[in-house]
Amino acid sequence: MHELSLVQSLLDIVRQELRAHELTRLKAVKVTCGRLSGAVPDALHMAFTALTRDTDLDGSRLDLEMVPVKLQCGECGKSFSSPDKGSLAAFAPCPSCGQEIGHRVVSGQDLNIEYIEAE
Amino acid sequence: MKIPVVRKVLEVNETMAEQNKKLFDRHRVLVLNLMSSPGAGKTALLERTLSDLGTEMNMAVIEGDVQTTNDAQRIAATGVPVVQINTDQACHLDSSMVQEALGQLDLEGLDVLFIENVGNLVCPAAFDLGEDLKITLLSVPEGDDKPLKYPSMFVRSQLMILNKLDLLPYLEFSLVQATQGAQTVNPDLEVISVSARTGENLEAWYEWLRSRLKTKRKA
Repeated sequence: MHELSLVQSLLDIVRQELRAHELTRLKAVKVTCGRLSGAVPDALHMAFTALTRDTDLDGSRLDLEMVPVKLQCGECGKSFSSPDKGSLAAFAPCPSCGQEIGHRVVSGQDLNIEYIEAE
Repeated sequence: MKIPVVRKVLEVNETMAEQNKKLFDRHRVLVLNLMSSPGAGKTALLERTLSDLGTEMNMAVIEGDVQTTNDAQRIAATGVPVVQINTDQACHLDSSMVQEALGQLDLEGLDVLFIENVGNLVCPAAFDLGEDLKITLLSVPEGDDKPLKYPSMFVRSQLMILNKLDLLPYLEFSLVQATQGAQTVNPDLEVISVSARTGENLEAWYEWLRSRLKTKRKA
């Protein structure tokens, strides 16, 4: 539900970067989206389309890369990737000791801009 | 031309949350972000708390709602300073809204500031406001399966308050199941069960509040 606010923040940053590098036409923006970031890819794309249409950023593209959830077991300390792609990804059983809860989330919570392609 | 950016999409929110946090720490105010579905009893719990502890602590409230000042009026009736934020259509509070509201609030001499978030069991969890602690309310009529179905808010909270205990005889709700579900997604989560309406077990919540305030004062 809050993807509009997220994309609004994203576009604020994109415009700052375009100005800083004296560029005018955005071709694409590459964003990495953690599975636990709470942002839904489809909703991000829809918000991006809605918020760029008929603006200076019209015709640009949002490239999303989903980042899997990496965990560190709270019991034995081993790191592993969660096979679960949903919001319960942090509760996957540890492949080494079987523990299901108390893992530390190493990555997969962030929503980051990697780069922009512009002219 | 490709330009590396490497910035967080929510960096503005995080920066402003840090600014809020610094301000709160300077005034040594304990700030609690209260979240839940609409109707779980956030305002009712606050009304009770403000009148029961009114002589013991100096408290203030920031009220987040999509529309109306109904809740702010209920809080104002207790005599405690309150600032209303109407988000219009947004489904959560963010740190800039809180920062703006802080302009209308005197933090000097304040012990506890409650931020009552917009009623919503999903989105508010993603936005830090600069608070010390997050509290999620869950009420009996919502069902004991909610922590597992909507984990993100329970994962990020330090305390879950189970409200509307007085309705337990009329509904199928297992306190054990709700607690186990919540602690499955967050093993460190503390749980306090109360009824804001009858006052049952509110003393446990007040004790929690006192001890957190003491910790904040020592920091």
